[in-house]
Amino acid sequence: MNIDSRNLINYFQQVVEMIEKEKDHLSELDRKLGDGDHGVTMSIGFQAVKDKLDHELLDEEDCSKICIVVARTFLSAVGSSVGPLYATGFLKGAKVIKNKRTLDDESLTKFWLAFVDGVKERGMAKVGDKTMVDTLEPAANILKEEFEKTGNFIEAFQYAVDAGRMGMESTQELLSRKGRSSRLGQRSLGVIDPGAASAYLLLNTFLTSLNSKRGI
Amino acid sequence: MKKLVNNPIKAVDEMIEGYVKAYPNYIKTVGENLRALVTAKETKENKVGVIIGGGAGHEPGFMGYIGTGFADGVPVGNIFASPPPDPILDITKEIDKGAGVIYLYGNYQGDIMNFGMAADLADLEADIRVETVRVTDDVVSAPKDRLEERRGIAGSFFVYKAAGAAADLGYSLDHVVRIANKANDSTRSMGVGLSPCSLPQTGEPSFELADHEMEIGLGVHGEPGLYKGEIRPAESIVNELMEHILADMPISRGEKVAVLVNGLGSTPQMELYIMFRSVAKILEDQGIIIYRSYVGNYLTSLEMGGCSVSLMKLDDELTTMIDHPADCAMFVQK
Repeated sequence: MNIDSRNLINYFQQVVEMIEKEKDHLSELDRKLGDGDHGVTMSIGFQAVKDKLDHELLDEEDCSKICIVVARTFLSAVGSSVGPLYATGFLKGAKVIKNKRTLDDESLTKFWLAFVDGVKERGMAKVGDKTMVDTLEPAANILKEEFEKTGNFIEAFQYAVDAGRMGMESTQELLSRKGRSSRLGQRSLGVIDPGAASAYLLLNTFLTSLNSKRGI
Repeated sequence: MKKLVNNPIKAVDEMIEGYVKAYPNYIKTVGENLRALVTAKETKENKVGVIIGGGAGHEPGFMGYIGTGFADGVPVGNIFASPPPDPILDITKEIDKGAGVIYLYGNYQGDIMNFGMAADLADLEADIRVETVRVTDDVVSAPKDRLEERRGIAGSFFVYKAAGAAADLGYSLDHVVRIANKANDSTRSMGVGLSPCSLPQTGEPSFELADHEMEIGLGVHGEPGLYKGEIRPAESIVNELMEHILADMPISRGEKVAVLVNGLGSTPQMELYIMFRSVAKILEDQGIIIYRSYVGNYLTSLEMGGCSVSLMKLDDELTTMIDHPADCAMFVQK
C-alpha cells in the first residue's frame, strides 16, 4: 500500500487525539515509577504538534518534512527524557524517507525501523531495562522479519504491533534499570513502564490510521 | 491541592514573566524566549560562560543564581523536566565570550540527552567549545562503586558556585572544568522527606507518605530513598544522614567543610536550624571545622517537606571559590 502526506498528517492528528484520551492513564502509570507527569508531557508535546498540523503543515506534501517538524516541535515543547527520544526517532525516520511524497511498503518499513534505531541510539537502553525499548525492539524485529518474508508492510506491521504490546506488558515483570525510576529497585515491579506504554500507543495508532484508510 | 496558579499548563511561563519583571537589573530573556534566561549585567570579555539548569520547580534553583560570580545563563524546562536543546543553545550563543562555555547540571537522563544535543549543536552551528560537568552528590542514590549513576541534589549549589567563581576569576575553560569536577568530587549530600509535593498539571501528590512517616534518602523529584520509617527526633535523623555522608566522604580531623542545610520547599527555617545544630555538633565532635554555612531554601521541590544536608570538603582552592563574592537576584554573598 502507498500512503501520502495527507495520510501521514492524519496519523499525527490521531496521535494527538489518542494522547488526550490516554494522558491520565499514562500519568497514573508514571506516578508509580516517576513523578507522575508522562501523560501531561506527551500531551504538551502533541498539543504543540497539533498547532503545526493545523497551520504550518496544512499543505506540506513532503513526508520527511512533516516528520522533521513534528520531531522538532515535540522536542522544543517538552525537553525531558521523552523529548529527545521520540524526536530522535522521528528525525531518523525522516532521514530514510527524504523528499518522498508517497511511502510504499518498503519505505514504511524502513521508516519504522529507523525510528526504533533512533530511540535506541539516543537512550542507550536495552531490552529488559523497563523502557520504551521493551516495546519498540521486539516490534522492529518482527516487522523486519515478516516484511522480508512477504513484502507486505501492513501485515508485517500488524504482527509488529502485537509484539510491541507483549513487550510493553512484559515491563510489568521488570525492574527499572534506566532513568529516574532505576533508583526504585523492587518497588518498580508490577507496573507497566509509561514510556513502553506510550511507545505502544504510537505504533498502534499508526495501524489504526492505516486500517481506517483501508476502510477496516 | 490548592495552588496560586491561573492555567496550570502556563505555570512555568507565568512564573518567569513575574521573575523577569521583579529583577530586571539581574535577568533578561534571550529574545522573546521565556525559557532562555541570561544575566542582564555586562560580562567580561574572554570569560568562560557558565550555564546551569534543569527543570522548573526547584526555585530559587536555578534562575535565582544568575548573576555576577555565579551563572551567566539558565535554560528552564517544564516542572521537574529537562529543558529542550533550543533554549540551551540560544543561551550558549548569547553568553559565549570566546572562551567557551561550561554546562553544569544534575546527573539525570533527560538533562544528559538535552544538554548533550545542545552541546553538539553549539559545536556544529556556532563553533563554540562546550564542556560538561554533571553533579552526583546524593550518596544514597547509588553505591560508591557506581558513582556515575548517582543523582545530583542540593550539593549542586556548591559545585555551581565554585564553577561560577572560577569563571569570574578569569580562569580558562579547562581550569573551570577541573574546579567544577573537584567541587563535585568533594561534595556529598543526603535528604529526608516528610511530605510530597504535587505538580500543578496533575494535582496529585508525587509520592505517598503517611502522616507519621518520613522517607530517608529521598530525591529532589520525590525519587524514593533508602526506606520509609516512623518520624523521629531531628537529632536522630541528622545522625543517620551524617553517618552516610561521612562514611562516603574521605575527611579527617582538622579539615574544613562548607555546610548546606537545604529546605525542600515547605520546611520552616526553625526546623532547618534545629537540623543544623545537630550537624554542627557531630562535626565538632569529629574535629571537622565548619568554614562556611548555608541554611535555607537553595534547591527546592515545590512544596515538598523535608530537607537535605550537604558537605563540601574545602582545600585552599575550593576555599577561594566558596569565599568568592556573588551577586544574584536570589543569592548575595559579600
